[in-house]
Amino acid sequence: MTETTLPRPLLGRLLRGAASRIRGGEGGFPWLAASVLATVLACALFGPWIAPHEAGAISLADAMTPPAWEEGGSSEFLLGTDNLGRDILSRIIAGARVSAVVALYAIVISGLIGAVLGMAAGYFGGVVDALISRLIDIQMSVPSIPLAMLFAAVLPPGEAMVIFIIVLSYWTWYARIVRGEVLSLRERDFIALAKIAGVATPIIFIRHLAPNLLNILLVLATLQFGSVIVFEAGLSFLGLGIQPPQVSWGGMLADGRNFIEVAWWLITIPGIAIMAACLASNLVGDWLRDTFDPVRRQI
Amino acid sequence: MTALLELEDVACHFRVPGGLVRAVDGVSLQVQKGETYALVGESGCGKSTLAKTILRLHPLVAGTIRFDGEDVAAMRGADAKRYRSRVQAVFQDPYSSLNPRLRVRTILAEPLRAHGVARADIAPRVDRVLGLVGLPASSATLYPHEFSGGQRQRIAIARALILEPDLVVLDEPISALDVSIRAQILSLLEKLQQELGLTYLLIAHDLALVEYAADKVAVMYLGEIVETGPVEPLFEAPKHPYTQTLLAAVPHPDPTAPRASADIRGEVASALTPPSGCRFHPRCPSCLPICNQHAPKTVTVAPTHTVACHLHD
Repeated sequence: MTETTLPRPLLGRLLRGAASRIRGGEGGFPWLAASVLATVLACALFGPWIAPHEAGAISLADAMTPPAWEEGGSSEFLLGTDNLGRDILSRIIAGARVSAVVALYAIVISGLIGAVLGMAAGYFGGVVDALISRLIDIQMSVPSIPLAMLFAAVLPPGEAMVIFIIVLSYWTWYARIVRGEVLSLRERDFIALAKIAGVATPIIFIRHLAPNLLNILLVLATLQFGSVIVFEAGLSFLGLGIQPPQVSWGGMLADGRNFIEVAWWLITIPGIAIMAACLASNLVGDWLRDTFDPVRRQI
Repeated sequence: MTALLELEDVACHFRVPGGLVRAVDGVSLQVQKGETYALVGESGCGKSTLAKTILRLHPLVAGTIRFDGEDVAAMRGADAKRYRSRVQAVFQDPYSSLNPRLRVRTILAEPLRAHGVARADIAPRVDRVLGLVGLPASSATLYPHEFSGGQRQRIAIARALILEPDLVVLDEPISALDVSIRAQILSLLEKLQQELGLTYLLIAHDLALVEYAADKVAVMYLGEIVETGPVEPLFEAPKHPYTQTLLAAVPHPDPTAPRASADIRGEVASALTPPSGCRFHPRCPSCLPICNQHAPKTVTVAPTHTVACHLHD
């Protein structure tokens, strides 16, 4: 296999080159990714004012109009329409709102729960650690889709339920990684010296542990932003998440699936939206991490 | 005159899978105000554990630690807080001692804030302590990574001194530094001791450093003190076979000089299962039949020179 692969340095240089073109240069601000993310957030905030049509407006006369650049497309429906003649662009914009709201809430809540439990487990050790670690093990051994099916059956559907399901399966990532990080941090002398100087435990958490966890939390949160969007889309695709008439990218995929042979845009466009949002959040996260690191900031 | 720090039969044990590690067992020593008291021994002999027990980072299993006549383990609330301000530490690795995310100003101000020093007094005290360790006041705005190892150790010393402590525990304060920097830090520590009347508890494995810097020394082996005394007579005429072999193992600057053979066998035994009797007996060049039966008592061979060995009973 060594004959067929590129020599490592060359491969690395090629990959770095490609990455830096997307991110706007090594360490530079990732303009492309940031503008994608900004667009998603702008759609989330101002969606109803930007969208050319009502997301749910049905117009059977315009059904299955292809995107404007295709033959038979119309400038009235830039990205085409679905089988009920609803404007795809307006629905993508409405879906961005759902995706962004769900992802932000889910990440903040699961990040807080995970970080606090992980810090407690890593710092105090002993029984606290054993309890929290077992809880993580139990949670991680339960596959999230069946769990989502269970809660979808029991809880009233909607954004709150989707957020709850995502938090339930994502907090363990933060808890596990934060715990590991704290295990190594607490052996550092500055923690011992803070205790020797009589610094109170909550202040050790806030001043010494939390800032040193910022990097890893930020990277995780941005990675998760993408992953949560995909997960939410998956739930909605399966009909366990956001319910019609509320619009979601996953739901659009599910609706478009039946017409995959005649109307490629019905699944391609929400698919691209999901992928772009996911990729953009990862790239912006990388940049944020580099910027917040005082050692790298000097370089 | 009572000692500033007095340890009596101090023990520190850890429960690990497989048993109980007796890291420190029955250690007694007295540190007088203003002196430098060195603890020497091989790695794993319990000297750092002892230091951490004195610093209240590890719980005391048995015995008593008295600081200025007060029982340290019994201190609660305000007393414990006062002890925290009177006993400070400098550790070996200046890269790990300073939080990389805080500016030097915050690092130095932290002990003051923890002890409720008024906001207005903090900045002048930070400036003063930086001057004391020979760093410009402008250092306060920088991050730790902008300093060299020696400068970082100066910051660590400044932080230890900002609460104006009586006792400073120096845990291998120069062994992580470049050789060229060591002398500087050492003379800084000496100067500070004279100016501020500090008492040092110096943890070291480097006998040359101990001989140069310490007034008194305690030699530890496997959690116990085998010999204590003033540095000069003890280095001149060590009584315990372990101290003898330790000193004989120090490289001599003259390569042609005849070498006293370092007649030590084997490895340090495990603190999980310390040897019976004298803990040093399996490695001792002059082991007696009694040595694996009974632990030797500590006897005084000269004023303030004690040794725990059956050869001197």
